[in-house]
Amino acid sequence: MSLTYLHYEVLRTFRSRALLFSLGFPLVLFLVVASTNRHATLEGVSFPLYYMAGMASWGAMLGIISAGSRISVERQQGWTRQLRLTPLSPRAYLLAKVVCGYLTALLTMVVLFVAGTVLGVRLGVREWAVMVGLALVGLVPFGLFGVMVGHLLKPDSLGPAVGGLSALFALFGGAWGPIATHGTLLDLVRDIPSYWLVQSGTVAYGGGGWPLRGWVVVGIWSLAAARLAFVAYRRDTARVV
Amino acid sequence: MSIPALADSGLVLRDLAKSYGPVAAVRGIDLTIAPGETVALLGPNGAGKSTTIDMILGLAPPDAGSVTLFGSTPARAVADGRVGGMLQTGQLISELSVRELVAMVAALYPRALPVDEVLAVTGAERFAAQRTTKLSGGQSQRTRFAMALVANPDLLVLDEPTAALDVEGRHDFWASMSEVARQGKTILFATHYLEEADSYADRIVLMARGRVVADGAATDIKSRVGGKTIRATLPGVDLDALRSLAGVTGALRRGEAVTLACSDGDAALRSLLGTYPAARDLEVRGAGLEEAFLELVTEDEDEETAP
Ligand SMILES: Nc1ncnc2c1ncn2[C@@H]1O[C@H](COP(=O)(O)OP(=O)(O)OP(=O)(O)O)[C@@H](O)[C@H]1O
Ligand SMILES: [Mg+2]
Repeated sequence: MSLTYLHYEVLRTFRSRALLFSLGFPLVLFLVVASTNRHATLEGVSFPLYYMAGMASWGAMLGIISAGSRISVERQQGWTRQLRLTPLSPRAYLLAKVVCGYLTALLTMVVLFVAGTVLGVRLGVREWAVMVGLALVGLVPFGLFGVMVGHLLKPDSLGPAVGGLSALFALFGGAWGPIATHGTLLDLVRDIPSYWLVQSGTVAYGGGGWPLRGWVVVGIWSLAAARLAFVAYRRDTARVV
Repeated sequence: MSIPALADSGLVLRDLAKSYGPVAAVRGIDLTIAPGETVALLGPNGAGKSTTIDMILGLAPPDAGSVTLFGSTPARAVADGRVGGMLQTGQLISELSVRELVAMVAALYPRALPVDEVLAVTGAERFAAQRTTKLSGGQSQRTRFAMALVANPDLLVLDEPTAALDVEGRHDFWASMSEVARQGKTILFATHYLEEADSYADRIVLMARGRVVADGAATDIKSRVGGKTIRATLPGVDLDALRSLAGVTGALRRGEAVTLACSDGDAALRSLLGTYPAARDLEVRGAGLEEAFLELVTEDEDEETAP
């Protein structure tokens, strides 16, 4: 794929107003809630650390899903048709969307981490690295959801769909605070990929990582999301060879 | 057909057909365009021009028939960057300036032209720094034209390229098209404007109701209808009876007036007055391309509505 093409796609992503919201909401929420609970603890870690990981996960999720969902707008505008007249392959087009999604997610996480540091979160280099690394893996199913949504929905339903989807995942994943600390409900939410995304912060504390279950859950959701995204892509582009 | 013959030919359509549900948009088109030709696809609304173009560009699969571009499939020719196009519908993507958008498209083609040069030629230079969402209709059209041109393709396909352009825009457009044609590129453009087809194309392909009804140089098409049109006021006359008069090839009615397309104007006038002495307000004119267009298009319609 042409790097120039990617460059302009990235430029478009960072100029987009959507970024303001996927970055702004989690940041404001974090600053408000964490600053009033600076010295509390949650799930065995400091409240700002837990909440930083939660808000970074939610924001990254929101950013990466909306990056993919821009496909829907470009289809409506007739831009994807125009692109089919160029040598750009559909694969390169999707790849560029995913790269933009990851960059959005990374930017969101970095901003939240800086805010966390300001509110007293202290992690070692290894711990930061583990947290970011796990978050990048944990975002895979959500990047694919974005592509799926982009092919499945019309632009007018994107806002509620992307907002609602990421809110549900954030809520059950414990991004806004643990939804369950024991019992069947905890067992259930541990099968949700966003749970492990949020956990990337707390498990990194002390230098740990996901247990096997985390990898399996994220792996299975990624495969399922890839399948769904592929079906949506095929269905959507069937009329155009 | 041998392979070299195919490779030499620019664009070959064989028995191409496509329907949208009950609507037969394109009904069997055979067309060969040699490299270097400039061809106008002329026809009224709904004639099937855009559908044909979509199939040529590989955007829509034909129901039947085949498209060959430079000896290969449309997908192959597009992947090789040999095709550039301007579609009839479609907006420009947001969050980029005109210059950035053209540069982004240029980056996708192997033999793209310098962006600044294309911006200058298309007159997009003046608003190159503006965001694509803040353009007038004609400015967007110039931007779309710049996107097609920067690709520097062997075949340029343009669907109603001058729609929304002002006089100067049209002039700029055709000036740069002539330059492209001089470089030996193949150009196919769809239009409703007879003058455009007449002045800028080597050849006119006239489409009506999904078919090619005439194909040739503008002069050939004019001569297809002989050259004379007779208008007369003649209430209540049977059109079929008029069509059977000597020298008459077609007849149309508008209120009490009839218009006759004639292959032989003199013979037609004599037989008209001989058969219908009541005919008045006679007017004889040399048929232009417009009459030819109307006649060929309506001729085909008569065919369709016949039981
Ligand atoms: N996507 C579509 N779905 C259904 N019918 C279609 C579609 N596209 C075109 N048609 C129909 O096919 C016929 C040919 O349309 P087409 O767009 O090819 O005409 P055209 O010659 O380009 O007309 P115009 O000069 O108005 O652009 C029309 O009757 C139109 O209604
Ligand atoms: Mg059209």
